[in-house]
Amino acid sequence: MFLSMNWIQDFVDLEGVDKLELIHRFSLSTAEVENEIFFKGADLSGVVVAEIKSVEEHPESKKLHLLKVDAGDEELIDVVCGAPNVRVGMKTAFAKIGAKLGEIEIAPRALAGYTSYGMCCSEAEIGISDDHSGIMEITDEVPTGTDIKEIYDIDDIVFEVDNKSLTNRPDLWGHYGIAREMAALAGRPLKPLEVDDLTAYDELPKVDMKIEDPLCQRYSCLQFENITRNVSPVNMRIRLFYCGMRKINFLADLTNYLMLEMGQPMHAFDSRKVGKIRIKRFDHPFVFRTLDGVDRNIDENTLMICNEDTPVAIAGIMGGLDSEIVDDTTTLTLESATFNAVSIRKSTVRLSHRTDASIRYEKCLDPEMTTVAVARFVKLLKTYDGAVTVVSSLTDEYAFKYDKVTLEFDKAFVDRYTGIEIDNDTIVNTLNSLGFETELDGDSFKVGVPSWRATKDVTMKADIIEEITRIYGYDNFEINTTRSPLYPVRVDAVKSSEDRIKDILVKRYNLHELHSYVWAYNDEMKSLGIPVEENIRLANATNPNIETIRKSIIPTQLCQLSLNSSYAPDFGIFEIGRVVNGVDENNLCVEEKKLAITLFSKTKDIKTLYFELRDMLAIVADDIKHLPLSFREAAPNHSYEHPVNCNEIIMDGKSVGTIAIVHPTVGKKIDKKASIVFTEIDVNAFAEAENASIEYEEPSKFPPMDYDLSLELPEGMLYERLSGCWKDSPDILKGAKIIDTYELGSVHSITVRFEFSSNERTLSSAEVQEIIDGIVARLDGIGVRLRQVG
Amino acid sequence: MKEQIINLKSELESKLGQAADLVDLDKLRVAYLGKKGSITQLLKGMKDLSHEERKTLGAEVNKLKTYAAEKIEERLTELKEKEIEREIASMPKFDVTTPVNADRGSYHPITLVQRQCEAIFRSMGFTVEDYSEIVTDYECFESLNIPKHHPARDMQDTYYLENGQLLKSQTSAAQNAILRKYGKNLIENDVPIKAIFPGRCFRNEATDACHENTFFQMEGVMVDKDISISNLIFFMKTMLSEVFRRDIKVRLRPGFFPFVEPGFELDISCLICGGDGCPSCKHSGWLELCPCGMIHPNVLKEGGIDPEKYTGFAFGLGLTRLAMMKYGIKDIRDLNSGSLKSLSQFTDDE
Repeated sequence: MFLSMNWIQDFVDLEGVDKLELIHRFSLSTAEVENEIFFKGADLSGVVVAEIKSVEEHPESKKLHLLKVDAGDEELIDVVCGAPNVRVGMKTAFAKIGAKLGEIEIAPRALAGYTSYGMCCSEAEIGISDDHSGIMEITDEVPTGTDIKEIYDIDDIVFEVDNKSLTNRPDLWGHYGIAREMAALAGRPLKPLEVDDLTAYDELPKVDMKIEDPLCQRYSCLQFENITRNVSPVNMRIRLFYCGMRKINFLADLTNYLMLEMGQPMHAFDSRKVGKIRIKRFDHPFVFRTLDGVDRNIDENTLMICNEDTPVAIAGIMGGLDSEIVDDTTTLTLESATFNAVSIRKSTVRLSHRTDASIRYEKCLDPEMTTVAVARFVKLLKTYDGAVTVVSSLTDEYAFKYDKVTLEFDKAFVDRYTGIEIDNDTIVNTLNSLGFETELDGDSFKVGVPSWRATKDVTMKADIIEEITRIYGYDNFEINTTRSPLYPVRVDAVKSSEDRIKDILVKRYNLHELHSYVWAYNDEMKSLGIPVEENIRLANATNPNIETIRKSIIPTQLCQLSLNSSYAPDFGIFEIGRVVNGVDENNLCVEEKKLAITLFSKTKDIKTLYFELRDMLAIVADDIKHLPLSFREAAPNHSYEHPVNCNEIIMDGKSVGTIAIVHPTVGKKIDKKASIVFTEIDVNAFAEAENASIEYEEPSKFPPMDYDLSLELPEGMLYERLSGCWKDSPDILKGAKIIDTYELGSVHSITVRFEFSSNERTLSSAEVQEIIDGIVARLDGIGVRLRQVG
Repeated sequence: MKEQIINLKSELESKLGQAADLVDLDKLRVAYLGKKGSITQLLKGMKDLSHEERKTLGAEVNKLKTYAAEKIEERLTELKEKEIEREIASMPKFDVTTPVNADRGSYHPITLVQRQCEAIFRSMGFTVEDYSEIVTDYECFESLNIPKHHPARDMQDTYYLENGQLLKSQTSAAQNAILRKYGKNLIENDVPIKAIFPGRCFRNEATDACHENTFFQMEGVMVDKDISISNLIFFMKTMLSEVFRRDIKVRLRPGFFPFVEPGFELDISCLICGGDGCPSCKHSGWLELCPCGMIHPNVLKEGGIDPEKYTGFAFGLGLTRLAMMKYGIKDIRDLNSGSLKSLSQFTDDE
């Protein structure tokens, strides 16, 4: 919203106040002002009122005229002018030699053989409207040679307030409300609005008007006759133009002017079309043509202004074409009303049509304002068009009144909230300057909230704090730390696990952390042949590729591999992110936090890569939890998992995730030659597992003894089964590890080194041999033979 | 025999000179001093000699043996030195100016910025909370003083799910849970609530270089008996100065958010020009950084905390925006692009 400093100064005397500083303070105390401030008229000089004394056709040009112009000097000035509306006796704005219009400096200029000593200007050229159809016509009685800035308010400071910062301030949608803030900030009094005394018309007949729907809070109207003026006064038009409003005609301009001044939207109807004003909704949808000529679909929820049963306007949004004022309109009905803000907002959404009026109504306008606005309108109307007559009494139905808000609090409340000392006088003065009625009794305040702030904005004590502090100025606050007691801060197990997992994966395994979206990547997955698994979906997504919430991060990571397949021959990516596993019995999403890792390699075979990932997980588990992982063969659950190599990951007896090789169909689409493996782990399950503590074992002072066994394994023999043969051996067997594996034809052989030691004694060969013999016997029992050497 | 001793000595001396390496030298040692070596043999032959001869020649042979052992040792030292010299001479000079193998992992930039913020707040006694991404209407709106039909709901284009839940549009959605989680300890034990909750937020809007439908925020709340606006400004200034590692000027402007009263927009002095005005801050000297305010009494009440007894402040820091500012990321979409060309650059940052 654009605001004119001239207009504001109608209501507050800012003589001697630094306007730019005031606008800056307004931005810090009230609402955000956009950076660019417009100094209207600053680049205009040397333009005077001149009268055209003679007009001759240009002999060689159909467009140009040769004028003699009286610019207040002794001699007439020769001017060549291309405007179509030149005529003798017309007064216009004339830029003399040396005049400045923005970048242009006026100099004698030859035009088709004749020299022009100056330029007649259009309104657009002097920056007071966008009309460049012809030169400006000045109808006011002013002597020629008068500087145009002396008669019109061209010089002005215009600034723009961000509408978003006014959403909760219905009172700031007009200059008068802004002036109130400026007055409070500058410490100057706010002038009362000059209004007409409407009681003078009390004897006149009422307008036939009735509110038939609670969505209309208040409806005030008045009828006029004999409006003679068609074009608005120049200064009014300048203000409207500076504030971004186009000129229409006097009456329409005046309703707009009132809206920009008071924030109260108004509408003028041709009285012939609105003999019986009824405000109501219809129980069926219909099509209604608004004054912009657009046919709009109106439904049962949209409040309408009607002439009995014929709709004539969409309440609070826009008037109808049929009831608009036309050339032969003689009697007007002026509407000044308030409507339910939510209803207006919803209607604009349904109609996809926001107007200057509806933007204001959405903010909960003060219903007290409707009649004041009518009185102000009449005042201005009479000022500019003396012939006008009021032909009805003020007809006003006030259906919904807001409660009067009174707030009570004490000084200690203010002190506690602000943390600084603001004295009672400052509090009282601040609140009074903003229109609050403040009573102080000792340290107790009783504050009456003015109607224009009480529609939703100021309803509780905390709201008063804002009023006091913003005018006090946040820059003036002394700032202090708190005096709260100190307690240790515990780090959440999940959070700490997450951080450490990331560190291990990045620092030890050189993996890259990526982020991805929480929904399935429909298009990308399709090109990899991965179907999107059924899951809960978004109800209102606008992008067709954003639809189903993902069940797993892995498909996303496979898409990311595809994107990055040329990044490096070997790389790994990971993410800790959310997935949803359907809904629970209460129809709430089962959200899970997962760690997903995917490795890609063009240099390693699939087995090497798979074991690399397995070991990586084991290290993560051991590092963070000191717990071993075990792996269990699992049937693949997803289309992208390999049917043969897919394993469940067990930690502390519980399944925490899956590790698998990519299904070759998908893998080949990502890269024909690369090995791809992945794992997904439930981070919460991982983090919740009880940490095993480190148990220190003192190194033995006695010599250890190793014993190697070379074994031939039957096909399909798992190491886990093999190790079962020595799992329960006496504790002098400290460990067993595979030190060699080899394939000899179809025979799979391994060499296991058994490590024996004791903290109490030197071991004898006999006791070691006895244990070994037991192991060999048990191995024999499961079909594992000692390899024959030689 | 005496002749033999002399011959052996001169033979040894010439052979020592010929021994070119440690292997030759060892052979030589074995040939003279080994079990069957010629000097050892001489000593063994002593037993056949007369007592008188044994006495004189024995001494001679023993002298020879000691002499041989010394000479061999001498030669050994010499050869070892030569060996080292040869090894040194044969060592090529390595070109360390070749490109280093910089293969290393990377963190997502959000992780780095988030960790920095977390560390700062932990140092000031704040707990770090985790919260779900999918929340209920109550968590995201109702509990935050945003009833149905409140215009603030229109301000945020929310992603709704088929079951009526939604993807949280703001980290404030965790406020109610945090107040409830720590409220008891506040009321019963006077332990102030100090918590931050970093998290992912979602807005149903078209993406471009400046807009993302998925982004990170970090919410912070502090509630205690006498938390004031003065405290709020202090914490914001201190925290932001730590984040940007320089003294940051802050200023508050009124801002409207239903869950705070008073609510503020917080600006910081421009990081590029320091406040003098430059294209980056549109010549204003200030950057709008984060909304904050005193927690609305209704929000406290909804969290089970009596607003007559307690006050608090809350703020929402845009972690995504912070990461972009910190690393000069111009296109917000890079962050969720999954592209390693962009994202592998963030190795670590502390």
